Amino acid sequence: MRNTHKAMLMAFTILAVSGCAGRRAPAELPPVADSGYDANANTGGVANAVVPGSQADFVRSVSSDVIYFDTDRYNIDDIDRAALTSQAEWLRRYPNVRATVEGHADERGTREYNIALGERRANAARNFLISLGVDGARLSVISYGKERPVALGSDESAWAQNRRAVTVTVQ
Amino acid sequence: MQKLTLGCALIALTTLGLGGGALMAQSPPSAATPAPTTATTPAPTPAPATPAAPPRETVTGDLGAQARTSIVITGFATPDAVATPAGNTSALGIQIADVISADLERSGLYAPLGPGGLRLVPMTEVTAPRFDNWRPTGAESLVQGFVRADAAGNLTVGCYLYDMALGSELARNGFVVQPRDWRRAAHRCADAIYSRLSGEAPFFDSRIAYIAETGPKDARIKRLAIMDSDGANHRFITTGQSLAITPRYSPDYRYIAYVSYLGDRVRVYIYDVEGASQRAVYESSNPTFAPRWSPDGRFLLFSMSVAGNTDIYRIPVEGGTPRRLTDNPGIDVGGSFSPDGTRIVFESDRSGGQQIYVMNADGSSQQRISFGGGRYATPEWSPRGDLIAFTRISGNFRIGVMTPSGGGERLLTDDWQDEAPTWAPNGRLVQFFRTSRGRDGRSQIFQVDLTGVNLRRIPTPVDGSDPAWGPILP
Repeated sequence: MRNTHKAMLMAFTILAVSGCAGRRAPAELPPVADSGYDANANTGGVANAVVPGSQADFVRSVSSDVIYFDTDRYNIDDIDRAALTSQAEWLRRYPNVRATVEGHADERGTREYNIALGERRANAARNFLISLGVDGARLSVISYGKERPVALGSDESAWAQNRRAVTVTVQ
Repeated sequence: MQKLTLGCALIALTTLGLGGGALMAQSPPSAATPAPTTATTPAPTPAPATPAAPPRETVTGDLGAQARTSIVITGFATPDAVATPAGNTSALGIQIADVISADLERSGLYAPLGPGGLRLVPMTEVTAPRFDNWRPTGAESLVQGFVRADAAGNLTVGCYLYDMALGSELARNGFVVQPRDWRRAAHRCADAIYSRLSGEAPFFDSRIAYIAETGPKDARIKRLAIMDSDGANHRFITTGQSLAITPRYSPDYRYIAYVSYLGDRVRVYIYDVEGASQRAVYESSNPTFAPRWSPDGRFLLFSMSVAGNTDIYRIPVEGGTPRRLTDNPGIDVGGSFSPDGTRIVFESDRSGGQQIYVMNADGSSQQRISFGGGRYATPEWSPRGDLIAFTRISGNFRIGVMTPSGGGERLLTDDWQDEAPTWAPNGRLVQFFRTSRGRDGRSQIFQVDLTGVNLRRIPTPVDGSDPAWGPILP
């Protein structure tokens, strides 16, 4: 009974948080495997075993390896902070692992502007990680603009998923 | 590596309609000399009896099918059916007329008739047209010509434009080309006809760099490619292993500046078309993108993000220290020189959203010129200097034009996502790319004239984006 209560409370909290963040499309967030890399690629060949410090370990350990943005925006909000804080914790735990922050934009922008916008987003995430004590020399950025969407549709939900910054460890 | 240079020798461009019949360079101008020097001497060309009529068409207003000038284009004759590396001259004669016909049709101003479905014109008739034979078509103009192979292996293409009502010659041109460049002779002929009839500068004999697209939307393969202005002579340049985007031909066609994601970095490269080699235009850990040539080909503009802030820089093409032209916390990106090289139009979101600005070539006097609703992006200065083409984002993405001071805005297209206009060499048409909505998200290259009425898709072997039209070929 007590556990059920707790679970309900958590579910409510999640709903509430996502509810006030109108820019999110959490119900349709892509699974991790769609993020452009193989989450099992760095397990050292041991099936189903996650090697500490690997990309798979990173993805499993952080609250999210992706943060999302409003149209044309690049500010870091509370949900982004939570995700980036968990990323920073992990990165501080593995000081020899480098990471790239990939900035992306949705298809409803022109190509070159979107590259600049993706740069802004990736740098905003990087700067926040640095502010949490991660050495900037370990963090590179790259913008893909609108070249690499994760959601293929042409609707608000897809665009919300594509306006993102993804942290990927460099192994 | 085969030399790519297209050797099209323009041996004579007539002084149009000035009487006396200017001739091809091999034979000095003489009223008695018939134009093409052939074994069988054609009948003497009747000297134009009347002075040149003023241009009869300009690119203004809507041109429906009825408003287009009807032109009969007969298959080009040949004095001897000779095999060449480009095929038999008799077949080439038809193909050349086909290219001319397609060019004129694509311009949106003309309604060509033939060469398909028309009788073959003998060599003797090329310079002595049987106007009465063609008058039932109702056409206002007649194009005839010949193709001849010479002993040196070159092709001579003669091209004649006649006024049906006057029964007189309006223009004649001769071109000597290597057989593989036969299409260039056809484009030059079409350019001469277009210029004579419209009063506009030519544009058919030009090339386009663009990005060929294949593969799914989330893993698209993008390759640098080049083609003629009509989509012919297509060639892929990069393999597609790295993303390639936003090419621009140098004014002399020797180089293509573009952005490659080679090595998981975003960098501007200058690709040497003949040497098939490339180099980064600026060595930096910062991403460089949005390359643009100065009209004299000596400088490149590029955009560079430093700690997330993008500004526009100028650098000598051979390299060196870039000069920063914008200094603003907003995104300043792209840029396009005025034809005289003194000013630059660019986009910036310093006001909150993308808008169009102009500045002097040294970065001074930055001034916003777009004030309509929505956002304005990808400005491109017309080669004529009179207009700026842009992408307007207001719900849909549409292609439009405005004056360099921001007036006279007109939208030319109306579809879900039309982006990134590039000007024809004569500033009378733009190409752009149109992207379809949804999971396929395919892009194709389109062309529209300044009336906004004559919209055509430019055929490409696979999907295409980011077209960049070069100037008239040297």
